[in-house]
Amino acid sequence: MKIEDKKRVLREMVLHRRFEERCYQAYIERKIGGFLHLYPGQEACCNGVMEAARPGHDYVITGYRDHVHAIKCGADPKEVMAELYGKETGSSKGRGGSMHIFDAGKRFMGGYALVGGPFPLAAGIAKAIQLKGGDEIAICFLGDAANNQGTFHETMNMAALWKLPVLFVCENNLYGIGTSIERSTAVIHQHKRVAAYNIPADECDGQDVEIVYQHARKAVDHVRAGNGPYFLELMTYRYRGHSMSDSRGYRSREEEELWKQRDPIFILRDRLIAEGAMTMADYEAIEKETDAYIENEVIKFSEESPEPRVEDLEKYVLADRETQLPWLTGKAA
Amino acid sequence: MANIMYWEAIQRAHDEEMARDPLVICMGEDIGVAGGTYKATKGLYEKYGPLRVMDTPISEGGFTGLAVGASFLGVRPIVEIMSVNFAWLAMDQMFNSAAKVRYMSGGQLTAPCVFRSAGGAAHQLGAQHSARMEKVFMGIAGLRVVTPSNPKQAYGLLKSAIRCDDPVFINEHELMYNMKGEVPDGEYFHPLEGSEVTRAGTDVTLFGYNISVHWCLKAAEILDKQYGISAEVVDLYSLAPLDRAGIKASVSKTHRAVVAEEDEAPVGVGSEVIAIINEECFFELDAAPVRVHSALVPQPYNHTLEKATIPDHEDVVKAVLKMFGKA
Repeated sequence: MKIEDKKRVLREMVLHRRFEERCYQAYIERKIGGFLHLYPGQEACCNGVMEAARPGHDYVITGYRDHVHAIKCGADPKEVMAELYGKETGSSKGRGGSMHIFDAGKRFMGGYALVGGPFPLAAGIAKAIQLKGGDEIAICFLGDAANNQGTFHETMNMAALWKLPVLFVCENNLYGIGTSIERSTAVIHQHKRVAAYNIPADECDGQDVEIVYQHARKAVDHVRAGNGPYFLELMTYRYRGHSMSDSRGYRSREEEELWKQRDPIFILRDRLIAEGAMTMADYEAIEKETDAYIENEVIKFSEESPEPRVEDLEKYVLADRETQLPWLTGKAA
Repeated sequence: MANIMYWEAIQRAHDEEMARDPLVICMGEDIGVAGGTYKATKGLYEKYGPLRVMDTPISEGGFTGLAVGASFLGVRPIVEIMSVNFAWLAMDQMFNSAAKVRYMSGGQLTAPCVFRSAGGAAHQLGAQHSARMEKVFMGIAGLRVVTPSNPKQAYGLLKSAIRCDDPVFINEHELMYNMKGEVPDGEYFHPLEGSEVTRAGTDVTLFGYNISVHWCLKAAEILDKQYGISAEVVDLYSLAPLDRAGIKASVSKTHRAVVAEEDEAPVGVGSEVIAIINEECFFELDAAPVRVHSALVPQPYNHTLEKATIPDHEDVVKAVLKMFGKA
């Protein structure tokens, strides 16, 4: 990665981290309801892969830990936060919530809350790309635990069979909700599981964004060149619990500290400082500017935005009736 | 008007729509090279090729989800689930993805998919190949459900379902694919909403859909000829949404209602139609509405037991006679 790109990515990762930490605070203040799954610790995964891909051009789909993926694709952080606040200005107009962020314009095809559900959807997006003949690829980010669903195997089989342009990114954070991978899964290293479908696969450190980028480069190029699917496993860790109700009693604080010593933001920061590309003061300024942006723009926008109108409760259930009349009434032109 | 079979009508709708729009595709088990278990996709593989006529692995959840994902980008997939019993495996994607994506994305994405499936008891197929499941589908926000009772509807409903931007589940019946009927020669779009008065009458309304429309028609004939009772038959080809206005109009005229369904009674089409009657025209009633339905048992294999499980036109006649104090 070029120095300028690394500096930009560092700034983005700080935004991703502070955004999520601010969500935590807003949740405690009861500004955000429902379930909230936060991303700190895993930032290098999404960033490294998307640096190798084309955000806003390639189609991205993921599970419920989706805020950062949406923002990385180009979604406005203000709209993502407003969605968490349940506001009409939210990315899904307050109808989706934390687990269902969408930005179709940026080709972020959504966060889905059924574990493993996005696998076949991603393959379908790839099928559509294949039919239309575009140079986009579909990228499916999911956790390791999703691979224990039947949809994983069904989708790997179909993707390989039909050579679909889809990159599966497995963010292996070692836990499925509160059950460790050793206790839920017979195979720890997930990339081994796709060998059964003749899908090329790779595994790397998911904490170092440059390492992720290098491996993702190869993966993305493989898929875009029309060689069919690819599976990339990134070894990572989520600092917080699965969601907000999770007090992490299933793992030790020592284990958490060990992972925090390989923090994706600090790894990149320290490298840039060592390379003489920035100083600690520069970094601190980034943090400060990011916090100010989140407070003065993101939170302010979310606080001040209007609630959806109750009169619009049933809007968006079905397509706008007026546009569908020929098929609903049989009076086609 | 051509007199063609139900499966031919479905095949024709596929063919016309696939010829018109290269983004209309179809997929399912054995639908391509083998031509489809019920021949509904016969000849399409040869005409449109494997990219658009996809023989899928036996992975109902997987290929249904794949269809839904493709539809996000404007592809119009027609998914055949060989038997509705297998649709249980695909329901997560139909309900959680297709039906909800428009709402949970605030209108940004839509899933214009068509899911076709054969339900109903055929001949001694046992508990896991005989289910009727329309009642499971008709309570899902964001999903349309239609169920053709004749070749004309099978053709026209599929045509409209492919064009409509909402996901549509089409409930077919294993015993009806070889039924013959008139289908317009020209292109025809059957409305996805509403109901149809198939036979006009004055004394009682017999509500049916799909195969039970035929029990109702046969029952109406017997009631007229043998008992002097004039029965109106209303075909509820749209199960979601149900036609409140049509139900009200007919019951307000006849003041009596029988709902016939092959499904089991609890939480079914009959329950829902009678609830609508209560809400819309309770004071028009001269008798309590009744349901004719299957017994609440997993479908037995034994022929005699199977026959005892499923209702037919005689049960509809009996229900009406009882309502009129003649049984």
